[in-house]
Amino acid sequence: MLPTPNLDHITSNDYENVYEPAEDTFLFLDALENDIEFLKNDVNPCICLEIGSGTGCVSTFLGQLLGDGSTLLLCTDINPFATAITVKTAIRNSIHLDAITTNLTSGLLPRLYHKVDILCFNPPYVVTSSEDVNSKNFIERAWAGGIYGREVIDRMLPLANDLLSSNGVFYLLVISDNKPDEICERMWRDYKFQFKISASRLAGREKQFILKFWRNQT
Amino acid sequence: MRLVVHNMLQCHVKGCDSNNFPLRLFDVELEIHEIEFNPQFLQSLLPKLDWNAFISTANQIGITSLPQALPEEIDEDFLKNLHRILFETHIMQGKMVCSNCSHEYPIKEGIPNMLLNEEEAEEEAEVEAEVETEAEED
Repeated sequence: MLPTPNLDHITSNDYENVYEPAEDTFLFLDALENDIEFLKNDVNPCICLEIGSGTGCVSTFLGQLLGDGSTLLLCTDINPFATAITVKTAIRNSIHLDAITTNLTSGLLPRLYHKVDILCFNPPYVVTSSEDVNSKNFIERAWAGGIYGREVIDRMLPLANDLLSSNGVFYLLVISDNKPDEICERMWRDYKFQFKISASRLAGREKQFILKFWRNQT
Repeated sequence: MRLVVHNMLQCHVKGCDSNNFPLRLFDVELEIHEIEFNPQFLQSLLPKLDWNAFISTANQIGITSLPQALPEEIDEDFLKNLHRILFETHIMQGKMVCSNCSHEYPIKEGIPNMLLNEEEAEEEAEVEAEVETEAEED
Protein backbone atom coordinates (compact mmCIF):
# COMPACT_ATOMS: atom_id res chain seq x y z
CA MET A 1 0.00 0.00 0.00
CA LEU A 2 1.62 3.20 -1.21
CA PRO A 3 1.05 6.19 1.11
CA THR A 4 -1.23 8.99 -0.07
CA PRO A 5 0.78 11.94 -1.45
CA ASN A 6 1.94 14.41 1.16
CA LEU A 7 -0.31 17.48 1.01
CA ASP A 8 1.02 19.38 4.03
CA HIS A 9 2.18 22.27 1.83
CA ILE A 10 -1.47 23.18 1.07
CA THR A 11 -3.00 25.69 3.48
CA SER A 12 -6.65 26.13 4.45
CA ASN A 13 -6.54 29.37 2.42
CA ASP A 14 -5.55 27.34 -0.63
CA TYR A 15 -8.62 25.15 -0.14
CA GLU A 16 -10.78 28.21 -0.68
CA ASN A 17 -9.61 28.11 -4.30
CA VAL A 18 -8.98 24.45 -5.04
CA TYR A 19 -11.01 21.30 -4.45
CA GLU A 20 -9.79 19.51 -1.33
CA PRO A 21 -9.12 15.78 -1.78
CA ALA A 22 -12.03 13.76 -0.41
CA GLU A 23 -13.48 10.24 -0.63
CA ASP A 24 -13.78 10.45 -4.41
CA THR A 25 -10.07 11.31 -4.72
CA PHE A 26 -9.10 8.39 -2.49
CA LEU A 27 -11.32 5.99 -4.45
CA PHE A 28 -9.42 7.10 -7.55
CA LEU A 29 -6.09 6.33 -5.86
CA ASP A 30 -7.38 2.88 -4.84
CA ALA A 31 -8.48 2.07 -8.40
CA LEU A 32 -5.08 3.05 -9.83
CA GLU A 33 -3.19 1.14 -7.19
CA ASN A 34 -5.28 -1.99 -7.74
CA ASP A 35 -4.46 -1.81 -11.44
CA ILE A 36 -0.74 -1.16 -11.09
CA GLU A 37 0.42 -4.47 -12.59
CA PHE A 38 -1.95 -4.04 -15.54
CA LEU A 39 -0.82 -0.43 -16.02
CA LYS A 40 2.88 -1.26 -15.88
CA ASN A 41 2.85 -4.46 -17.92
CA ASP A 42 -0.08 -4.22 -20.33
CA VAL A 43 -0.48 -0.47 -20.87
CA ASN A 44 3.23 0.38 -20.40
CA PRO A 45 2.35 4.08 -20.56
CA CYS A 46 4.34 6.78 -22.30
CA ILE A 47 1.87 9.69 -21.92
CA CYS A 48 -0.61 10.10 -19.03
CA LEU A 49 -3.16 12.90 -18.88
CA GLU A 50 -5.35 14.00 -16.01
CA ILE A 51 -8.20 16.42 -16.64
CA GLY A 52 -9.16 18.69 -13.73
CA SER A 53 -6.20 17.79 -11.55
CA GLY A 54 -7.16 20.05 -8.59
CA THR A 55 -4.46 19.59 -5.94
CA GLY A 56 -2.59 17.17 -8.23
CA CYS A 57 -3.04 14.33 -5.74
CA VAL A 58 -4.10 11.72 -8.34
CA SER A 59 -1.35 12.38 -10.89
CA THR A 60 1.32 12.64 -8.20
CA PHE A 61 0.17 9.25 -6.90
CA LEU A 62 0.19 7.83 -10.43
CA GLY A 63 3.76 9.12 -10.81
CA GLN A 64 4.73 7.37 -7.58
CA LEU A 65 3.10 4.13 -8.75
CA LEU A 66 4.73 4.14 -12.19
CA GLY A 67 8.11 5.52 -11.06
CA ASP A 68 9.16 9.12 -11.42
CA GLY A 69 10.41 10.10 -14.86
CA SER A 70 9.18 6.91 -16.54
CA THR A 71 6.22 8.62 -18.27
CA LEU A 72 5.05 12.07 -19.25
CA LEU A 73 2.45 13.16 -16.68
CA LEU A 74 0.28 15.97 -18.04
CA CYS A 75 -2.34 17.70 -15.89
CA THR A 76 -4.92 20.25 -16.93
CA ASP A 77 -7.27 22.39 -14.88
CA ILE A 78 -9.38 25.39 -15.82
CA ASN A 79 -8.47 26.93 -12.46
CA PRO A 80 -5.01 28.59 -12.46
CA PHE A 81 -4.85 28.14 -8.69
CA ALA A 82 -5.26 24.40 -9.18
CA THR A 83 -2.51 24.06 -11.79
CA ALA A 84 -0.14 26.03 -9.53
CA ILE A 85 -0.93 23.74 -6.57
CA THR A 86 -0.72 20.63 -8.78
CA VAL A 87 2.90 21.53 -9.57
CA LYS A 88 3.66 22.18 -5.89
CA THR A 89 2.15 18.86 -4.82
CA ALA A 90 4.32 17.02 -7.32
CA ILE A 91 7.46 18.81 -6.12
CA ARG A 92 6.55 18.15 -2.47
CA ASN A 93 6.46 14.44 -3.32
CA SER A 94 9.53 14.40 -5.60
CA ILE A 95 7.50 13.72 -8.73
CA HIS A 96 7.90 15.50 -12.07
CA LEU A 97 4.74 16.47 -13.87
CA ASP A 98 3.59 19.20 -16.24
CA ALA A 99 0.49 21.33 -15.64
CA ILE A 100 -1.43 23.34 -18.23
CA THR A 101 -4.20 25.82 -17.43
CA THR A 102 -6.96 25.09 -19.92
CA ASN A 103 -10.56 23.98 -20.35
CA LEU A 104 -10.54 20.14 -20.46
CA THR A 105 -8.06 19.46 -23.29
CA SER A 106 -8.24 22.70 -25.29
CA GLY A 107 -4.93 23.33 -27.08
CA LEU A 108 -3.76 19.72 -26.59
CA LEU A 109 -5.71 18.25 -29.48
CA PRO A 110 -4.96 17.36 -32.23
CA ARG A 111 -1.37 16.90 -31.02
CA LEU A 112 -2.41 14.30 -28.44
CA TYR A 113 -4.73 12.49 -30.85
CA HIS A 114 -4.61 8.76 -29.98
CA LYS A 115 -1.44 9.30 -27.94
CA VAL A 116 -2.69 9.15 -24.34
CA ASP A 117 -2.10 5.84 -22.59
CA ILE A 118 -3.65 6.62 -19.20
CA LEU A 119 -6.45 9.20 -19.03
CA CYS A 120 -7.89 10.18 -15.62
CA PHE A 121 -10.89 12.37 -14.93
CA ASN A 122 -12.56 13.10 -11.60
CA PRO A 123 -15.20 15.41 -13.08
CA PRO A 124 -17.66 17.87 -11.60
CA TYR A 125 -20.38 15.23 -11.03
CA VAL A 126 -22.86 16.73 -8.56
CA VAL A 127 -26.40 17.29 -9.88
CA THR A 128 -26.96 21.06 -10.08
CA SER A 129 -28.62 23.59 -12.35
CA SER A 130 -26.94 24.18 -15.71
CA GLU A 131 -25.92 27.72 -14.72
CA ASP A 132 -23.79 26.41 -11.85
CA VAL A 133 -21.55 24.52 -14.31
CA ASN A 134 -20.08 27.85 -15.42
CA SER A 135 -19.94 29.35 -11.94
CA LYS A 136 -17.43 32.12 -11.30
CA ASN A 137 -16.50 30.33 -8.09
CA PHE A 138 -13.75 27.80 -8.70
CA ILE A 139 -14.79 25.46 -5.89
CA GLU A 140 -18.39 25.37 -7.10
CA ARG A 141 -17.13 24.80 -10.61
CA ALA A 142 -15.04 21.86 -9.39
CA TRP A 143 -18.17 19.92 -8.36
CA ALA A 144 -21.16 21.41 -10.22
CA GLY A 145 -22.10 18.94 -12.95
CA GLY A 146 -25.41 20.36 -14.17
CA ILE A 147 -28.32 18.15 -15.27
CA TYR A 148 -27.80 14.61 -13.89
CA GLY A 149 -24.29 15.84 -13.09
CA ARG A 150 -23.51 14.88 -16.67
CA GLU A 151 -22.86 18.15 -18.50
CA VAL A 152 -19.06 18.19 -18.18
CA ILE A 153 -18.79 14.39 -18.32
CA ASP A 154 -20.69 14.35 -21.62
CA ARG A 155 -18.31 16.92 -23.10
CA MET A 156 -15.38 14.73 -22.11
CA LEU A 157 -16.58 11.40 -23.57
CA PRO A 158 -15.89 12.19 -27.25
CA LEU A 159 -12.55 13.74 -26.24
CA ALA A 160 -11.62 10.46 -24.55
CA ASN A 161 -12.12 8.75 -27.90
CA ASP A 162 -9.87 11.33 -29.57
CA LEU A 163 -7.16 11.03 -26.93
CA LEU A 164 -6.86 7.36 -26.08
CA SER A 165 -4.09 5.32 -27.72
CA SER A 166 -4.79 1.83 -29.06
CA ASN A 167 -3.91 0.19 -25.73
CA GLY A 168 -4.85 3.20 -23.59
CA VAL A 169 -7.18 3.18 -20.60
CA PHE A 170 -9.59 5.83 -19.33
CA TYR A 171 -10.60 6.09 -15.66
CA LEU A 172 -13.68 8.16 -14.93
CA LEU A 173 -15.23 8.81 -11.53
CA VAL A 174 -19.05 8.98 -11.48
CA ILE A 175 -21.90 8.69 -8.98
CA SER A 176 -25.24 6.84 -9.34
CA ASP A 177 -27.02 10.09 -10.27
CA ASN A 178 -24.81 10.33 -13.38
CA LYS A 179 -26.40 7.09 -14.72
CA PRO A 180 -23.19 5.06 -15.09
CA ASP A 181 -24.96 2.35 -17.13
CA GLU A 182 -25.96 4.90 -19.74
CA ILE A 183 -22.41 6.30 -19.91
CA CYS A 184 -21.00 2.80 -20.47
CA GLU A 185 -23.62 2.00 -23.12
CA ARG A 186 -22.86 5.21 -24.95
CA MET A 187 -19.10 4.56 -24.91
CA TRP A 188 -19.72 1.11 -26.37
CA ARG A 189 -22.29 2.25 -28.91
CA ASP A 190 -20.41 5.33 -30.17
CA TYR A 191 -16.77 4.33 -29.79
CA LYS A 192 -16.72 0.55 -29.18
CA PHE A 193 -15.03 1.08 -25.83
CA GLN A 194 -15.09 -1.88 -23.46
CA PHE A 195 -15.83 -1.04 -19.85
CA LYS A 196 -15.96 -2.30 -16.30
CA ILE A 197 -16.49 -0.91 -12.84
CA SER A 198 -12.99 -0.69 -11.45
CA ALA A 199 -13.91 0.37 -7.90
CA SER A 200 -16.95 1.59 -5.98
CA ARG A 201 -17.77 2.91 -2.54
CA LEU A 202 -20.68 4.31 -0.60
CA ALA A 203 -19.89 7.82 0.65
CA GLY A 204 -22.83 8.89 2.78
CA ARG A 205 -25.87 8.51 0.55
CA GLU A 206 -23.80 8.82 -2.60
CA LYS A 207 -22.51 5.75 -4.41
CA GLN A 208 -19.27 6.50 -6.23
CA PHE A 209 -17.77 4.41 -9.02
CA ILE A 210 -14.54 4.42 -10.98
CA LEU A 211 -15.45 3.38 -14.52
CA LYS A 212 -12.66 2.01 -16.64
CA PHE A 213 -12.78 2.13 -20.47
CA TRP A 214 -10.47 0.72 -23.12
CA ARG A 215 -10.62 0.14 -26.85
CA ASN A 216 -12.09 -3.05 -28.22
CA GLN A 217 -9.05 -4.88 -29.61
CA THR A 218 -10.85 -7.45 -31.76
CA MET B 1 6.67 24.43 -19.08
CA ARG B 2 9.12 22.01 -20.59
CA LEU B 3 9.84 21.89 -24.32
CA VAL B 4 8.23 18.45 -24.52
CA VAL B 5 4.94 20.05 -23.42
CA HIS B 6 5.32 22.98 -25.79
CA ASN B 7 5.52 20.38 -28.57
CA MET B 8 1.98 19.22 -27.63
CA LEU B 9 0.32 22.66 -27.66
CA GLN B 10 -1.48 24.25 -30.58
CA CYS B 11 -3.54 27.40 -31.06
CA HIS B 12 -7.24 26.65 -30.64
CA VAL B 13 -8.82 30.01 -31.45
CA LYS B 14 -12.04 29.34 -33.36
CA GLY B 15 -11.38 29.36 -37.10
CA CYS B 16 -7.58 29.37 -36.67
CA ASP B 17 -6.80 26.03 -38.24
CA SER B 18 -3.68 26.41 -40.36
CA ASN B 19 -0.11 27.43 -39.55
CA ASN B 20 -1.13 27.35 -35.88
CA PHE B 21 1.62 24.99 -34.71
CA PRO B 22 4.16 25.31 -33.20
CA LEU B 23 3.42 28.39 -31.13
CA ARG B 24 6.35 30.81 -31.26
CA LEU B 25 8.09 31.61 -27.99
CA PHE B 26 8.87 35.16 -26.87
CA ASP B 27 10.45 36.83 -23.82
CA VAL B 28 11.32 33.50 -22.26
CA GLU B 29 13.12 32.96 -18.97
CA LEU B 30 14.69 29.51 -18.78
CA GLU B 31 15.69 27.34 -15.84
CA ILE B 32 17.32 23.92 -15.81
CA HIS B 33 15.84 21.38 -13.39
CA GLU B 34 17.62 18.05 -13.44
CA ILE B 35 15.70 14.81 -13.71
CA GLU B 36 16.95 11.23 -13.90
CA PHE B 37 17.95 10.10 -17.39
CA ASN B 38 15.62 7.38 -18.68
CA PRO B 39 16.66 6.41 -22.23
CA GLN B 40 13.89 3.84 -22.61
CA PHE B 41 11.15 6.37 -21.92
CA LEU B 42 12.83 8.98 -24.10
CA GLN B 43 13.01 6.54 -27.03
CA SER B 44 9.33 5.64 -26.63
CA LEU B 45 8.41 9.32 -26.70
CA LEU B 46 10.41 10.16 -29.84
CA PRO B 47 7.79 8.93 -32.36
CA LYS B 48 5.18 11.15 -30.64
CA LEU B 49 7.29 14.26 -31.00
CA ASP B 50 6.96 16.64 -33.95
CA TRP B 51 10.68 16.91 -34.66
CA ASN B 52 10.54 19.88 -37.02
CA ALA B 53 8.47 21.89 -34.56
CA PHE B 54 10.83 20.92 -31.75
CA ILE B 55 13.94 22.00 -33.69
CA SER B 56 12.51 25.34 -34.77
CA THR B 57 11.38 26.05 -31.19
CA ALA B 58 14.76 25.08 -29.72
CA ASN B 59 16.43 27.39 -32.25
CA GLN B 60 14.15 30.25 -31.19
CA ILE B 61 15.43 30.05 -27.63
CA GLY B 62 19.07 29.73 -28.68
CA ILE B 63 19.52 25.96 -28.57
CA THR B 64 21.31 24.92 -31.77
CA SER B 65 22.96 21.64 -30.79
CA LEU B 66 20.34 19.39 -32.40
CA PRO B 67 20.30 17.98 -35.96
CA GLN B 68 17.67 19.21 -38.42
CA ALA B 69 16.44 15.64 -38.89
CA LEU B 70 16.20 12.86 -36.34
CA PRO B 71 19.32 10.69 -36.94
CA GLU B 72 18.82 7.09 -37.99
CA GLU B 73 21.33 5.80 -35.49
CA ILE B 74 20.73 7.11 -32.01
CA ASP B 75 23.57 6.93 -29.49
CA GLU B 76 23.63 7.72 -25.80
CA ASP B 77 25.29 11.13 -26.19
CA PHE B 78 22.51 12.21 -28.51
CA LEU B 79 19.83 10.97 -26.08
CA LYS B 80 21.49 12.74 -23.14
CA ASN B 81 21.55 16.03 -25.02
CA LEU B 82 17.92 15.49 -26.02
CA HIS B 83 16.99 14.66 -22.42
CA ARG B 84 18.55 17.94 -21.30
CA ILE B 85 16.63 19.99 -23.86
CA LEU B 86 13.26 18.20 -23.78
CA PHE B 87 12.93 17.28 -20.11
CA GLU B 88 15.25 19.52 -18.09
CA THR B 89 14.81 22.88 -19.80
CA HIS B 90 11.87 24.76 -18.24
CA ILE B 91 10.33 27.92 -19.62
CA MET B 92 9.40 29.74 -16.42
CA GLN B 93 8.06 32.98 -17.91
CA GLY B 94 7.23 34.21 -21.37
CA LYS B 95 4.54 33.89 -23.97
CA MET B 96 3.56 31.69 -26.89
CA VAL B 97 2.24 33.41 -30.01
CA CYS B 98 0.29 31.82 -32.85
CA SER B 99 1.96 32.42 -36.25
CA ASN B 100 -1.43 32.50 -37.94
CA CYS B 101 -3.79 34.57 -35.76
CA SER B 102 -1.25 36.18 -33.37
CA HIS B 103 -3.15 35.05 -30.29
CA GLU B 104 -0.87 35.17 -27.23
CA TYR B 105 -0.81 32.47 -24.57
CA PRO B 106 1.07 33.51 -21.42
CA ILE B 107 3.48 31.31 -19.45
CA LYS B 108 3.68 32.28 -15.79
CA GLU B 109 5.67 30.54 -13.08
CA GLY B 110 6.30 27.70 -15.46
CA ILE B 111 2.64 27.07 -16.33
CA PRO B 112 1.20 27.79 -19.80
CA ASN B 113 -2.30 29.24 -19.90
CA MET B 114 -4.34 28.07 -22.90
CA LEU B 115 -7.65 29.62 -21.81
CA LEU B 116 -9.26 31.73 -24.51
CA ASN B 117 -12.61 33.29 -23.95
CA GLU B 118 -13.31 36.48 -22.10
CA GLU B 119 -15.20 34.84 -19.31
CA GLU B 120 -12.24 32.61 -18.52
CA ALA B 121 -9.81 35.52 -18.78
CA GLU B 122 -11.93 37.61 -16.44
CA GLU B 123 -11.93 34.85 -13.88
CA GLU B 124 -8.19 34.69 -13.97
CA ALA B 125 -7.95 38.44 -13.49
CA GLU B 126 -10.24 38.16 -10.48
CA VAL B 127 -8.08 35.46 -8.96
CA GLU B 128 -4.96 37.53 -9.48
CA ALA B 129 -6.64 40.53 -7.88
CA GLU B 130 -7.55 38.37 -4.88
CA VAL B 131 -4.00 37.10 -4.56
CA GLU B 132 -2.68 40.65 -4.65
CA THR B 133 -5.19 41.75 -2.01
CA GLU B 134 -4.15 38.86 0.20
CA ALA B 135 -0.49 39.71 -0.28
CA GLU B 136 -1.16 43.31 0.72
CA GLU B 137 -3.02 42.16 3.81
CA ASP B 138 -0.05 40.01 4.81
